Amino acid sequence: MSRDLGAPRRLVGANAHCVLAANGVLTREAAQVLVERVVKMSKADAINVSVQSGRETNLRFADNQMSTSGVTSNTTLRVESVFGQRVASVVTNDQSDEGLRRAVQQSEAIAKLAPEDPEYLPGLGPQEYEPVSAWFDSTADLSAEARAKAALTALAPARAAKDLTVAGFIVCGAGASAIGNEKGMFAYHRSTNANYTLTARTNDGTGSGWAAADDNDWNAVNFGSVAEQAIDKARRSRNPVAIEPGRYTVIFEPEATGNLVSVMRGALQARSADEGRSAFSKQGGGTKVGEKILDERITLSSDPRDPLVLASPFDGDGMPQGKEVWVENGVLKQLSYNRFWAQKQGTQPTGGGNSMRLAGGSDSLASMIADTERGVLVTRLWYLRAVNGRTLVYTGLTRDGTFLIEGGKIARSIKNFRFNDSPLFMLNNLEAIGPAIRTAGGGSLVMPTVKVRDFNFTSLSDAV
Amino acid sequence: MTSRRDFLKAGGVSLGALAVGPDLLRASSGGALLPASAATGYRPLPPVYTDPATRELLMEALDAAKRAGASWADVRIGRNRNNSVNTREQQVTNVVESDTMGCGVRVLVNGCWGFAATQELSKPGVGGAAQEAVAIAKANAVAMDRRVTLAPAPALGDVTWRSSYTVDPFTVSLEEKVGLLFKANAEAVKAKNVRFVNSGLTFVKEERNYANTDGSVITQDYVRSWVTLSCTAVANGESATRGPEVVQPAGRGWEYVLEADIVGNASKWGEEAAEKLTAKSVDVGRYDLLLHPSQLFLTIHESLAHPTELDRAMGYEANYAGTSFMAPPEDVLGKLRLGPPMMNLVGNRSEVGALATIGYDDDGVKPDDFHIVKDGILNDYQTTREQAPWLDWWYAKNGEQPRSHGCCSAQSWADVQFQRMPNVSLQPGEQDLSWDDMVAATDRGIAMIGRSSYSIDQQRYNAQFGAQLCYEIKGGKIVGQLKDVAYQMRTPDFWNAMDMLGGKSSYEFGGTFNDGKGQPGQANAVSHGCPPTRFKNINVINTGRTL
Repeated sequence: MSRDLGAPRRLVGANAHCVLAANGVLTREAAQVLVERVVKMSKADAINVSVQSGRETNLRFADNQMSTSGVTSNTTLRVESVFGQRVASVVTNDQSDEGLRRAVQQSEAIAKLAPEDPEYLPGLGPQEYEPVSAWFDSTADLSAEARAKAALTALAPARAAKDLTVAGFIVCGAGASAIGNEKGMFAYHRSTNANYTLTARTNDGTGSGWAAADDNDWNAVNFGSVAEQAIDKARRSRNPVAIEPGRYTVIFEPEATGNLVSVMRGALQARSADEGRSAFSKQGGGTKVGEKILDERITLSSDPRDPLVLASPFDGDGMPQGKEVWVENGVLKQLSYNRFWAQKQGTQPTGGGNSMRLAGGSDSLASMIADTERGVLVTRLWYLRAVNGRTLVYTGLTRDGTFLIEGGKIARSIKNFRFNDSPLFMLNNLEAIGPAIRTAGGGSLVMPTVKVRDFNFTSLSDAV
Repeated sequence: MTSRRDFLKAGGVSLGALAVGPDLLRASSGGALLPASAATGYRPLPPVYTDPATRELLMEALDAAKRAGASWADVRIGRNRNNSVNTREQQVTNVVESDTMGCGVRVLVNGCWGFAATQELSKPGVGGAAQEAVAIAKANAVAMDRRVTLAPAPALGDVTWRSSYTVDPFTVSLEEKVGLLFKANAEAVKAKNVRFVNSGLTFVKEERNYANTDGSVITQDYVRSWVTLSCTAVANGESATRGPEVVQPAGRGWEYVLEADIVGNASKWGEEAAEKLTAKSVDVGRYDLLLHPSQLFLTIHESLAHPTELDRAMGYEANYAGTSFMAPPEDVLGKLRLGPPMMNLVGNRSEVGALATIGYDDDGVKPDDFHIVKDGILNDYQTTREQAPWLDWWYAKNGEQPRSHGCCSAQSWADVQFQRMPNVSLQPGEQDLSWDDMVAATDRGIAMIGRSSYSIDQQRYNAQFGAQLCYEIKGGKIVGQLKDVAYQMRTPDFWNAMDMLGGKSSYEFGGTFNDGKGQPGQANAVSHGCPPTRFKNINVINTGRTL
């Protein structure tokens, strides 16, 4: 294998067979060629190949200084070989013929030794996918100079202000995922993402504010607006006072709503409900499907084509993903089935749902505050951990902007709380619900501002 | 690299004899191709060395960085291997073998950092990454304010290190691994009402090559192992789980897995899960807590080890994990009382078998042992070469030169290195008290074993911890299991309530492979040694609710 050593790096692929786009991400054609090369090497009964190819650029700043900044490019392949019901996977990032052959042979060798997996189902044949357009050149081809200038939108005002310290993170990803097998199934999806999070803290150590933005398109991220929000919140949150822990009416901004509601995603699996060990298992057997479990204004769904989500149109098995409604008007409509459990239970697989939308309402944040005699406004939640899997009670803390509402107005900054509560209680105690937006904390979430009563704050934290 | 040298061939670099060896496939295929009679004995470990082909790429990256304008640079070429086998009952649910290689180049240009990582292990590949790292550092100059300066570190020349394992888990056959898990699962389900068992083995092997422009060339071979097993008992609509962290992960090999005797212990773990179904729900109130190392390590990790990361204290993690209540350093170093005089907390990367133990860090520094808390008072922070100079004044006051404690680490070649936690260990007491001695000395308390739910705020003041097993202690005796137990604490109050330390022979490690920090997030493997420890009069809440 020879290579022109004088060629610009971007034109030098990992090997002669591999054609990279200018940004280092595998094109559909290159991904398909790669998958087919691997499939041809297989001597197993069946083979499943998945490819992840990506380039991620990032920049950190903190203490009003620049910090680490870099770029990582990598393409990895996962080769799963199957003999009967015996299955094993090998992951490699070596795309040379020898590297690929070694991965195939190794997965075959391990699969032959593996005990039979009674839950293994044969791979899918060719499928139809409705593509999701999630790629923006503005993000994929972003220059280091543009990224540094974006950081200055927060660094410059903070350095000038004297009372503020900012820490932020800009991360842009361009990636492709592909999956294929010996039956001719092939799926490809590529996407870009630009994510910006910013924390402003006041130099007296008493105020902290967080704001963020997330979009597939770099040009849609308003850096100046994020800086204004975080700085404003930091200054307004100075000198918090302690109020008694207890049950409060709480207004959760969309990020905070997503922090707690997203824990329901893992709990929606049909299997653990059927096995009697989930929040959606019914006492005495069966599941709660068909029962009203949440306030009637609550509808929860997953849809890769949701314009605020733009997720992959297929799952890890290559199964096409459509819109799935989990909870509709408060009623648990269905649980999620993988292929095995669906077959076992005689139903259709749904896939896990790679996003979650809590359908919004029309109440504005201003009206929610105005209608609150006494309550708490929460910017975001932190360090959530399950306390009880059967009730989905989680513990965690408020962070970066927690305010007391009195007489329909934001009265003052208050100390952060620890809570012990469940999204199932929270979404039953709904008072008001606002428009849904894409949150920035990760997880492809579309969440509204919600107002709930009787939320359980159990202790105070001195943390700012 | 001890194998997979064929990347050189693929990269078009002519190194003749150094390219693919005849044992290539065997060396890279783990135990999969071992004869079934693995009982004939495990393979001896090959020597650790920097192979000439890898060295040539390391030097090319450094040269390319300097040619492009870097004032300082380092480069890591790594091979990261993971092997995991997961089972439930008598089924294999997952077998994955992962093997990736690549190169990460970090540069300083006019006091600004740049980093680039590539999987292209060829001269143009690593040279191109070096150039891109320099270009990023130059582009970022427009937003720079203060220059990064590094504490000096001696050039080490050529050095190697290997973690303390004797049997490479990647040479053990899949049959042997699955056989062990199946036997343990079968034992666990013998306990009454135990209906589900999940178990797994996870192994990591890192071949780490490092070089910097100071003149250090370091090759290290690091293996770590983790066995997990969780038993779930179900009866009368209730379920209770023991595990999955029943065996602590360690920086050791297959021999450690065998020593853990999961087959011999599984029925006990099953019975503990079953007994939990009938445990009494705890009455809220204040109790003396006796915390086992398998539970306490996580409280040390969260409430003492994270807030003494110097980058956190200086605001470098403010946008993600948070800051620290032990800040600013000038207000608290040598002043803040964190516990009674018997409290000593040591940062180290030297304890044998602990997860953060390493010969040399990713700054090219040989780590030292250092007191983070000395006689109950905050004494130092975890540092890298970038950070140590921030504490110049403190080291000068103590008559010391500023030097990094060797806490710089990246999770792989694809990630930039930054300050990560060393082993942070609570030293045992002078008297050699055992767990049983401490139970006997407690009148009204709760003994807590095994990590469970945990959560702490972003400055590490307010925390809440549960446990896998909680036992009521009355009159010096364990009287039965409790459930729905969690303690809530404010860090300095909690540690100042410590009133009894176990002795040297009760000292154990607890740890995790997956401590998260940084943006983008990286995992770090870390252990914490500690003895069983008692805390007076701690606030216990009841976490039980019904739907």
